[in-house]
Amino acid sequence: MLTLTSPVETWAHRLAAGAKLAALAAVTTGLFLLTSPWALVGSFTAAVVLYLTGGGRFALTGLRQLAPLWPFVVIVGLWHLWTGDMTGGAVILLRMVTAVALANFVTMTTRLSDMLAVFERLARPLAPILPPRRLALAFALVIRFIPVMLERMGQIRQSWSARSPRRPRWRVMVPATLAALDDADRVAEALRARGGAG
Amino acid sequence: MERNLTHIALFAALIAVLGLIPKIDLAAGVPITAQSLGIMLCGTVLGAKRGALAVLLFLGLVAAGLPLLSGGRGGIGVFAGPSVGFLVGFPVAAFVAGWVMERTTLSPAVAATAASVIGGIGVLYVFGIIGMAVVLGKTLGEAAFLAGAFLPGDAVKAVIAGLVTQSLSRMRPASLLSRA
Repeated sequence: MLTLTSPVETWAHRLAAGAKLAALAAVTTGLFLLTSPWALVGSFTAAVVLYLTGGGRFALTGLRQLAPLWPFVVIVGLWHLWTGDMTGGAVILLRMVTAVALANFVTMTTRLSDMLAVFERLARPLAPILPPRRLALAFALVIRFIPVMLERMGQIRQSWSARSPRRPRWRVMVPATLAALDDADRVAEALRARGGAG
Repeated sequence: MERNLTHIALFAALIAVLGLIPKIDLAAGVPITAQSLGIMLCGTVLGAKRGALAVLLFLGLVAAGLPLLSGGRGGIGVFAGPSVGFLVGFPVAAFVAGWVMERTTLSPAVAATAASVIGGIGVLYVFGIIGMAVVLGKTLGEAAFLAGAFLPGDAVKAVIAGLVTQSLSRMRPASLLSRA
């Protein structure tokens, strides 16, 4: 499956995932404490420069990752045009876009396996109730079963279309959920037969 | 033990699949993403604890960088955006839906619809509205007005969650872990 990690290697790909996450947490907290519009313009510019150090293609992918924000930008923009508080609107939008862009930057420069390794390390204090091996197995099971279930969903919709002139609606949800439940039982048996979930 | 683990993992995958498939016409002419339907089903089918854990596992993979949220969104960035409240509310919504399902003796269809409305709409919107208010710098009332746009779609999904849960209870009575 495709991940959001950028195939364009940047200097940030070589940094440790845990360090990047810690820095992101600190910077995001800082962003929410800033209230001066000029300080936020500064941090926004810094984020743009950060992306540009990865090259044009990298920056363009980063820009595309921000696309889902545009309805909110429009709504807040119109709202503040209406109330006349332009500075307030700029502060809110700059803070939001910068925070999301910086978080996306960490995601784009960190491999999925490295990120999951950090999560497993963070979950280590929970070891008595959640053994690290079981968490790793759960992550692997989900990643493996998403394509399997996507394909099954396609088959269910096709067999619906083969029998009915109408479009498949919510009724395809029943066999899809049923298949997930049956798969879960079979995978549980298979795991137990191979030594258990640890 | 293995059974718990595989149910949690497979339902986490189900939530992902429901967000990845093209918007299905859940009801005539109303294309809506089915992802929050997956959250509701986690609660009504798996019960409170397993349902919430399945949602947490799903969110873990989203945060790790898989584009599994509807519309292909993912990564840590979504937790800094305006929908963060909804994401934080997802596991709580599944837990409450499962809890309601476990605590009532009503027929599965009625109980699951009610559980989805209480958990998947009531509880989820409280988190979602607070999140939007904070990120977009609006009052709670203004944020609630914005969130209201999703209400009709989510009401349809709650009814569908009830119907799907009822069908499952007829086909595999033992599989409804929330009523086990």
